[in-house]
Amino acid sequence: MAKVFIYPSTSLILADLVSRYGHTPLSSAVSIREHIQTAGFESAPLQITPEDPKKGLRWAAVEVPSGVRGRMSLYGPMIAACEAAIIIDNADLAFGCMGCARTNELITFLIRQKNIPILDLNYPADEEEGVRFVAAVRKFLSGLGAKP
Amino acid sequence: MTEYRPEHIGLVTKYIVIESFKITPQDLLIRAYEISKGVMIKENCFGLTLMGTEEDVDRIVAELRKIDPAHIFVKDRGFPPGDARRCRSSLGGARPGFHGMEFEMTVIPYISHGIEDLERRDATAIGKTANPLEKSYLDIYRLKKIIDAQEP
Repeated sequence: MAKVFIYPSTSLILADLVSRYGHTPLSSAVSIREHIQTAGFESAPLQITPEDPKKGLRWAAVEVPSGVRGRMSLYGPMIAACEAAIIIDNADLAFGCMGCARTNELITFLIRQKNIPILDLNYPADEEEGVRFVAAVRKFLSGLGAKP
Repeated sequence: MTEYRPEHIGLVTKYIVIESFKITPQDLLIRAYEISKGVMIKENCFGLTLMGTEEDVDRIVAELRKIDPAHIFVKDRGFPPGDARRCRSSLGGARPGFHGMEFEMTVIPYISHGIEDLERRDATAIGKTANPLEKSYLDIYRLKKIIDAQEP
């Protein structure tokens, strides 16, 4: 069972397909759950503490905005732990402010720098593309060494 | 700053999203309650939210998937159900994260079709997906055609 990083990391479709075909999806919910189940100082509703931008220094330089570094404290450990990645390139839902946009660019950059199997896809626009999408994900995941 | 005391430590929360003509969230809810054994279950407009130990939640998810495998989708959630930091009853408006799910719900029928179709078809006969990294630039001859077509 491989740990597969998914991008967009909130994707329902990718999280489901990865777990359906026997692997562990690394999504933002997993790191946020760890975060909010750890005692610290509350800064509701965001739950990003002053410590997080410091942790993010491991993946982004000090002159990078703290918003990016704070986000990287969530995604960085997952990128370090992942053994494969599935990236959807035309994910309009990943659109956001500059903090999100730059973090997304940094995430995809770091994944591509890592020497792991990566599957690049677009969201399907019709039923036939849907079949090809699922077939590509299944073939990719079966190559990682578990069921289907 | 106030001291933060985390709740529900060690428990996991999962969304079960339905895209089906055959079943409703209520059907799933009734089945989930039958096998819940203490897992917290909340019904939503799009499906269910489950919270409990990982083994219990995975057991219920596996059972619920059997009802309509190609039309039930599952993903993790970071916050527990009804958490004041995310619940729209305390924040107002749509829950953060809902819009992403709303977007994917427009694509999910194609995925369901793909999952069902793959059971029937030979996977080797299915073509490859287009590589999104190969950007196709506008051909100069095609550009000329477009310009010519625009001129009266």
